[in-house]
Amino acid sequence: MNWTEFIFGKLSWSVFPQSPIAMGGGIFMVLVGFAIIFLITYYKKWGYLWKHWFTSLDPKKIGVMYIAVSVVMLVRGSADAFLMRAQQATSVGASQGILSASHFQQIFSAHGSIMIFFVAMGLMFGLINLVVPLQIGSRDVAFPFLNSVSFWLFVAGAALINLSLIVGDFSTAGWLSYPPLSELAFSPTSGVDYWIWSLQIGGLGSLLSGINFLVTIVKNRASGMTFMRMPMFSWTVLGAMSLVVFAFPILTATLALLALDRTLGMHFFTAGGGGNMMMYVNLIWAWGHPEVYILILPAFGIFSEVVPVFSGKKLAGYTSMVLSVIAIVFLSFTVWLHHFFTMGAGGDVNAFFGIMTAVIAIPTGVKIFNWLFTMYRGRIRFTSPMLWFMGFVVLFTLGGVAGVLLAEPAADFQLHNSLFLVAHFHTMIVSGVLFGYFAGFTFWFPKIFGFTLDERWGKRAFWAWLVGFILAFGPLYILGFMGATRRLDHYAANLGWQPLFIVAGIGAAIIGLGLICQVIQMYVSIKNRHKNRDTTGDPWGGRSLEWSTSSPPPAYNFAVLPVVHGRDAFWTAKQSGTVAAHRYEDIVMPRNSAIGIFIAGFVFLIGFGIVWHIWWLAILGLIGEFVSMLLRMFDDDTEEIISAEHIRVHEAAHHSRHATI
Amino acid sequence: MKSSIAHESLTIGNEKLPIESRAADNTTVFGFWMFLMTDFVLFASLFAVYAVLRGNTFGGPAGKDIFNAPYILTETILLLSSSFTCGLALLSAHKNSKRFVVFWLGVTALLGASFVAMELSEFGRLVAGGVGWQTSGFLSSYFTLVGTHGLHVALGVVWMIVLTTSIVMRGLTRGNLRKLMLMSLFWHFLDIVWIFIFTIVYMMGIN
Repeated sequence: MNWTEFIFGKLSWSVFPQSPIAMGGGIFMVLVGFAIIFLITYYKKWGYLWKHWFTSLDPKKIGVMYIAVSVVMLVRGSADAFLMRAQQATSVGASQGILSASHFQQIFSAHGSIMIFFVAMGLMFGLINLVVPLQIGSRDVAFPFLNSVSFWLFVAGAALINLSLIVGDFSTAGWLSYPPLSELAFSPTSGVDYWIWSLQIGGLGSLLSGINFLVTIVKNRASGMTFMRMPMFSWTVLGAMSLVVFAFPILTATLALLALDRTLGMHFFTAGGGGNMMMYVNLIWAWGHPEVYILILPAFGIFSEVVPVFSGKKLAGYTSMVLSVIAIVFLSFTVWLHHFFTMGAGGDVNAFFGIMTAVIAIPTGVKIFNWLFTMYRGRIRFTSPMLWFMGFVVLFTLGGVAGVLLAEPAADFQLHNSLFLVAHFHTMIVSGVLFGYFAGFTFWFPKIFGFTLDERWGKRAFWAWLVGFILAFGPLYILGFMGATRRLDHYAANLGWQPLFIVAGIGAAIIGLGLICQVIQMYVSIKNRHKNRDTTGDPWGGRSLEWSTSSPPPAYNFAVLPVVHGRDAFWTAKQSGTVAAHRYEDIVMPRNSAIGIFIAGFVFLIGFGIVWHIWWLAILGLIGEFVSMLLRMFDDDTEEIISAEHIRVHEAAHHSRHATI
Repeated sequence: MKSSIAHESLTIGNEKLPIESRAADNTTVFGFWMFLMTDFVLFASLFAVYAVLRGNTFGGPAGKDIFNAPYILTETILLLSSSFTCGLALLSAHKNSKRFVVFWLGVTALLGASFVAMELSEFGRLVAGGVGWQTSGFLSSYFTLVGTHGLHVALGVVWMIVLTTSIVMRGLTRGNLRKLMLMSLFWHFLDIVWIFIFTIVYMMGIN
């Protein structure tokens, strides 16, 4: 080993992007980064951001940061989607489209990985951070410092996956990197390593968050809030976090094994050497299928909050909702094999997993009916969260039925890896998960920021997303039946597929309009924030505890911890006119800490070091890690006290605002 | 059940703890149990992988060709006795005897470190004999499963050293007692994992 190799590992000038579109993407990312840094410096906001946001252990602030990062990643992932649609609409017959095959493969791999790990997961943890402590009547999460570590690990993972745009390339092996393609023999560049380590780091953050919120919900509920009095969103989060705790370690192990294959020449999943590549597929889906439910359960919870509030009724069938969450949690570990019926595990194995997959549709169906029953004879307000719900309920049911169709092994042998499958899971993830999170974001936005979002632009965004979605994915169902496989970068002209692909491309463009509407909505809402201010803390006529405190809530959430006497705690309190007592006490809150950032920063160095085989950097990262943890361990001054007097002043201000309207 | 024992042991010493602090400690212990459960799932995955790959020797040696029963038994005894001495450290904490806590933690760390040293030397012997992790799927999964456990033990030893330093410096404070509790949970957990490794990897491998 010579010195250059020691210092730079596998890095060299040739790893920087060579093709114009890849270079454009990289340059664009760098420019956006510089623009953000310039603006923050220009407005002298570094100190403010560092002191009040980056080092904050307040889950409300961490939640906002999660959502901000996720939105940036959503833009990145959507850009990938638009490129794919453009390629498939144009790359037919003699025309080769705009992308090379290899670049196209990188783009679909990045699109899937980014959308699941850094958009859906990020939005989910963002909303959970914002809402769960408030909803269960708690001042904080169980482990505030760990929460900050989780968030910054998520950022480190996102940074690593974006770095692959500029330094080196990304994986071409799809969003789940099946071996043997993802093994060193067939993917010799560092692309798959980027995939492994960005997911490993982000996944570690998710795992720690999962533990944190599981413990928070079990231990920090307000006095009197028994499990069967807990709001549905918190219930679904409890379900999702249980799944995180059981499923994410499998992902950690699987990624580590693939990394050992690639880095140390082991033979877990290699084609030769006694490896077993189908074991990888089993392991990754033993995590991957629960992951789908990790994402969708909180969306179900959001709708279970939105629908009762905007129908003016209590949620229908609360107990059956709870039972169906629990059923989904258990059943989601019994269906993973339906992702690879064609592996050839045999008729009885396939039959078992096919039946279980049909069975898991039942609790989901229970939920759909309960929401509809909640609306039935309600006084429905057609606000944008409600529109997202109604778009969801139609599309999600259709997509679900397509899923049950795929669950029949005999049909699956025809549809496996076709665009029908792609259309199915996008229906679940976009019109299920994403619509749900959009609804939740609109619903809880006034709670966090103190003013409501502009409804006009919100509704425009919804219609663009809905129409765009139907146009973009409707044709894919049909194309799947016609035999179009997923991940096609080119097809023959005489297949007659191009018109449908063009329609899908137009659909994607309309979704893009939806995104633009959302940007405008944000701009207009901030501009008109004084007009739309929420002085009551309860803009929608809410039912659960988060609406009982001011908007935005103080750092300590509740001046006096609430006591719960039934379901829909805040609604009942409003009906009976009970007002919380005004005897305030000092509150102990965690002090800000920058160590979470250091820990994640060093993990980033470790990840980058391993991707490029720069071993001294990885070792440096490990040492930094150890020192950071020591610093935290020997830091006694981690708490601060908010005085009763301070609380009294804040509360008086809130109550006087409340009284003036 | 176990966590309530844990909770009891946190109220020891001459500090009278307010109810909120006890609840906070209780939450920490519960959270640590959750973490151990995730670690358990991680090991379960590695065990499953080992079970799938243990026959894939690819022309290389099988378990019975490389495992040395007396050597493994010595390792096992070292680790099991370290669990015992770790328990003694906790008992000393109950009696509020800082000196004995430090002593027994030292003994535990020493036993743990000897275990790690024995494992490393066994790995070194195998690799030097041309039986490395690159040889076959079986050996990849063997080195990874046993090595992951060994890495945990090594990290446990480091944690123990840091904790002992903290106890020497600051005494049996509430924070230190809580960390001692968590550390001992971790240590017993590693013991349990080792029992599985001993049985599934070594005993079933030798026969």
